[in-house]
Amino acid sequence: MATENTSLPVYSKKDFESGVDPRWCPGCGDFSIINQVQKALPAVGRKREDIVFISGIGCSSRFPYYMNNYGMHTLHGRAPSFASGLKVSRPELMVWVVTGDGDALAIGGNHFIHAMRRNIDLKLLLFNNRIYGLTKGQVSPTSEIGKKTKTTPHGSPDAPFNPPALAIGSGATFVARSIDVEGAHLGLVLKAAAEHKGSCFTEIYQNCPVFNDGAYTSITEKSVKADALLRMEHGKPLLYGKDNKKGIRFNAKTAELEVVTVGEHGVTEPDVLVHDAKRDDPTMAFMLANLALKPGFPTPIGVFRDVSRPTAEELTWDMINAAKAKKGDVDVLKLIAGSDTWQIK
Amino acid sequence: MSTPSKVQQVETVTIRFVGDSGDGMQLTGTEFTRANALAGTDLATFPDYPAEIRAPAGSLSGVSGYQVNFGSREIHTPGDAPDVLVAMNPAALKTNLPDLRAGGMLIVNKGAFNASNLEKADYKSNPLDDEALKHAYKVLSIDMSMLTDHALEGSGLSSKETARCRNYFALGLMYWLYSRPMEQQLEQIQKKFGKKPQFVEANQKVFKAGYAFGETVEVGLQRYEVPASKLPPGTYRTVTGNFAVALGFATVAKLTGKQVFLGSYPITPATEILQEMSYFKEHGVVTYQAEDEIAGIGSAIGASFGGALGCTTTSGPGLALKAEMMGLAVIAELPLVIVNVQRGGPSTGMPTKTEQSDLLVALFGRHGEAPMPVLAAQSPADCFWAAIEAMKIATKWMTPVLLLTDGYLGNGSEPFKVPLAGELPKFEVKYQTTPNHDGAYMPYKRDAKLIRPWAIPGTPGLEHRIGGLEKDSMSGMVSYDGMNHERMVLTRAQKIANVVEDVPDVQVFGKPSGDVLLVSWGGTFGSVRGAAEQLQGQGKAVSHVHLRWLNPLPKNLAAVMKGFKKIMVPEVNNGQLAFYLRGMFPGVDPVQFNRINGKPIKIAELASKVLEVL
Ligand code: SF4
Repeated sequence: MATENTSLPVYSKKDFESGVDPRWCPGCGDFSIINQVQKALPAVGRKREDIVFISGIGCSSRFPYYMNNYGMHTLHGRAPSFASGLKVSRPELMVWVVTGDGDALAIGGNHFIHAMRRNIDLKLLLFNNRIYGLTKGQVSPTSEIGKKTKTTPHGSPDAPFNPPALAIGSGATFVARSIDVEGAHLGLVLKAAAEHKGSCFTEIYQNCPVFNDGAYTSITEKSVKADALLRMEHGKPLLYGKDNKKGIRFNAKTAELEVVTVGEHGVTEPDVLVHDAKRDDPTMAFMLANLALKPGFPTPIGVFRDVSRPTAEELTWDMINAAKAKKGDVDVLKLIAGSDTWQIK
Repeated sequence: MSTPSKVQQVETVTIRFVGDSGDGMQLTGTEFTRANALAGTDLATFPDYPAEIRAPAGSLSGVSGYQVNFGSREIHTPGDAPDVLVAMNPAALKTNLPDLRAGGMLIVNKGAFNASNLEKADYKSNPLDDEALKHAYKVLSIDMSMLTDHALEGSGLSSKETARCRNYFALGLMYWLYSRPMEQQLEQIQKKFGKKPQFVEANQKVFKAGYAFGETVEVGLQRYEVPASKLPPGTYRTVTGNFAVALGFATVAKLTGKQVFLGSYPITPATEILQEMSYFKEHGVVTYQAEDEIAGIGSAIGASFGGALGCTTTSGPGLALKAEMMGLAVIAELPLVIVNVQRGGPSTGMPTKTEQSDLLVALFGRHGEAPMPVLAAQSPADCFWAAIEAMKIATKWMTPVLLLTDGYLGNGSEPFKVPLAGELPKFEVKYQTTPNHDGAYMPYKRDAKLIRPWAIPGTPGLEHRIGGLEKDSMSGMVSYDGMNHERMVLTRAQKIANVVEDVPDVQVFGKPSGDVLLVSWGGTFGSVRGAAEQLQGQGKAVSHVHLRWLNPLPKNLAAVMKGFKKIMVPEVNNGQLAFYLRGMFPGVDPVQFNRINGKPIKIAELASKVLEVL
């Protein structure tokens, strides 16, 4: 049914609004995210009817109702399974998955890792607010150790997931992170995600003003963000800080990443690691992803990894087409009879 | 002593091949079945194998069996008690001898009755030396191990490889005993081992040795012939129930020109459906092996949302995992077929044994008000037709449909008459392509039968959102209005009730009134029909109806039951259909006959139970 090669209407943001007013709490980070998604879609080169949004359960998962595309609001944690089936069945569609930290990483952890490792071309957006919002404030798989919530009144004893690290470990071919309040950055990351072909993971730090307000202020406040955020760009040195002098260096002796300052202790710019998102080996991307939880390091945002491999649906259809080419169109009665029959007269 | 053996004609015979898991009994059974199918007999088979893939060699738990019943008259079941037992080792003899009918023929591989195997089978002394055994049965004790070794002397095969050929000795002997032509099996061996010529030659040699043994043995063996049956004329093939389901789905893809998408996760005894369907790619089938049972059905629902004919396959524990997903398919009203190949439960239960214990979970095992059409196949070949029917109902009524088969149907086989062009149903699938309500698309605006339209991604102008939240009765948008919810619950229920227009009336086998009406469903069809035939032959006023549809139930069932003094429900469970009938038809209180031993019901035991009730 999809008609991607025929002329594409000129869309504006409005064409992607379903007309239903979002029912998120005032000030919720989800508003800014949907705004960026609706802004990005006119430029992805796809017809509105060929784009599908699939979500699980949670605050973020109401997303499809507000998009004027085909959409499915499914079951808690299970969105990747529906999306995988749909994309394998209809590879010509553009399929987005909208999920949250509880949805994707707790109840849906299994579907999540398998969607990543299969390399099905799904654009998965994980809104990470480090809390269960829809059930009114319980600890989530990305809540920090010690986090006090309704179910952890004495603090959470559990170590959190670092979602991009998990996605990289699971084999995702595109892994990125952005932040709800960094609109322009988020827009660029969404564009890169749309262009990628393969399992595509974008973590979006999202503030939940009702149950976990200020979860990210320590990195997003105007006064601190220059020193707290590392904006990764492919092919550019990993520099950050107010005057862009701080950098990330790979220490070959310790095999670790370290923070250096250009111009201090003999450090020059060429010492700073140049970001290579296209590197096939995921090790460096994994190290970078892990900086987010390391004291003394900035939080990397941008694209960690963007490599190209044949997708599962391409391989599936190559096999189907090869079988069709080899066997031709078999008559239904021949199919039913098979090759081992006998006659009764 | 040697007298030329005369060929005696027999109407039906039941043979069971038993041996160690590594003895190749499944292959021997299938090949012997094939010979009888080609000879035109009707037949039914029952493979019975352990859950362990490699149970300890020679152990009691590692015994694998294959029973085939073939005959010149209509065959309904794999047979009650075997007439012939072929036992390849002591453990196999020990576990199966009690089933052999009195006076039956026992063929044993004497060579395997050594001290170590006897000990593993818990025999204090060699049972073959027991005079009582020879009195109770016609015992043919042959050293197949040694004869196989002799046949392969100088072949260069290792002793392990030689041992693997032994089953062909038994097969050769059975070919001779039942007067089947050797040539087609020689060809079959060529086909099967073609890539390894040394095994072609070895197995052919051993097969011929087995055949020749029958001819030359000193004891003057009785040879039998089972003539062709009076099956309706046509082209036939043998199918197992699992294969037939896969074939049915592939046929649906052909008939509709639409993609059939199977999302599934391996589980005994349903796995073969996924395997078989992965070979049907060129016919429009897409298979997807998911990460778990939940994703199996989820991927199928996702594909259905996209316009494919989604289906998923599973067995008991997997069905439990799919329950939440089925609820979503119910409320979203998307077509989907769930095939449940029932096995012994609860929990892991008896994975390789058959049972009918998922009827109630199929009917009621979802949270919320979530009715779903449920039908059950009645024989291995019928699985083909049931799969097509389930798909037809699912797409016509925009609903998930549960198709119940079971381990016995799934693994059992029988001849399947290949349909003629005109015998295949017309099957058209249509999508909504235009707005249906004042220029807009309302995904839950229904037709007179309460069926909603199906618009799929890629269709311009019909973009819409569906999901698991209760929805407005027209637009499908989220609605928390209590009265809307009540209306939607009742509407969904009424829609499924309306499916009854596609449910054929039950046919009474026998007189329309009498003393006992046997009511069966699913895989017990053959046993119950067999018992009914037997009892009617004795002049008893016993009739039989078989339920293919469990929800909705056939319109005439209540009226049919009224014609009988007693209703009796035989099932391989603890009384689930009986319970259901009591609830659906107040006043009807069936007599139950329940077996839960992992095996199909025996005709004889059922018939004697009916006689008690009469
Ligand atoms: S609970 Fe938090 S995440 Fe949910 S809508 Fe409200 S602010 Fe947003």
